[in-house]
Amino acid sequence: MASVLERVTEIVSEQLGVDKDKITPETSFVTDLGADSLDTVELVMELEEEFDINIPDDAAEKIQTVGQAVDFIEKGQGGE
Amino acid sequence: MSGLFEGKKGLITGVFNKQSLAWAIADRVMAEGGECGFTHMPDKPDDARKKNEGRVRKLIDDQPNAKFLVPMDVTNDEHIEAVVASCKENFGKLDFLLHSIAFAPPEDLKKDTVDTSREGFKLAMAISVHSLMAITSATKDLLNPGASILTLTYYGGEKAVPGYNVMGVCKAALDATVKYLAFDLGPRDVRVNALSAGPMQTISGRGAGVDEMLGLYEAMAPLGRNVTHEEVGKSGVYLLSDMSSGVTAEILHLDAGYNAMGSPGRMLDKIKAAKG
Repeated sequence: MASVLERVTEIVSEQLGVDKDKITPETSFVTDLGADSLDTVELVMELEEEFDINIPDDAAEKIQTVGQAVDFIEKGQGGE
Repeated sequence: MSGLFEGKKGLITGVFNKQSLAWAIADRVMAEGGECGFTHMPDKPDDARKKNEGRVRKLIDDQPNAKFLVPMDVTNDEHIEAVVASCKENFGKLDFLLHSIAFAPPEDLKKDTVDTSREGFKLAMAISVHSLMAITSATKDLLNPGASILTLTYYGGEKAVPGYNVMGVCKAALDATVKYLAFDLGPRDVRVNALSAGPMQTISGRGAGVDEMLGLYEAMAPLGRNVTHEEVGKSGVYLLSDMSSGVTAEILHLDAGYNAMGSPGRMLDKIKAAKG
């Protein structure tokens, strides 16, 4: 099964229309990929669906990079 | 196979992505044979990727009953006229119209209602309420007798739902607009109704703080759960089709019964249990 990072990268690539090889854990949604507020909310909803988790608004505000999203998801799944 | 919308044509506004309630309804209308024209939120001129158009395009691409997709800024009469022209060109006449559009500036939505700015209020009312009047007025000569207009509202326009704030005030005005338009269009045999769904995970729902509300509805509503996109599709089909003939100026609550509760209901048992 694909890693959490691979799955997040896939979703970010699809949602924001960027090549997967341009996405690293350090990539910032807003600064690097030009995501606007609607993109961000949509992305959060896609991640919730993909990983069957709930990302509350206050947590979502703190998730600014791909790596931070992966961290949040892995913690939610009881991983490291 | 003949569906409820066989031979019927209409305009669907307010699809943003696959979670949109407008999409839940349109998808089902098309499955029942209805032909739909769509509008999308305009893209910024400097957005080369045309994201807003793209989101809707992706949904309708493989749908033979989706006939056109055009941008519409509801505060711009030229946009509305262009949409009407597309309807005329593709369909001639319309049998149904779905209005699923609302907006309030996030900074106003987050404020206590008492502190709503004048500009924010004007914009929220123009987009969320006047747009129903404007689109209905512009399309009224295209509407066939028996046509149905449906808008989406929320209970926060009937009672204070903290967090819904200025949008609740807009929904109160929208509910009243439904009644007045139902009167105005009655002689044309055109019906105007509103669907009031419980909290849903949509882009607007997220903006209006749906997270907390989902748990509350589950705990309080007579059915003890939230409603689904599929159910929005079913109620939407009912209200937009001839199945609801004779129904106009109505606000249908699709909320597992939440709006009928005068106490927290079964949630009280949990509160009592927590007290020991």
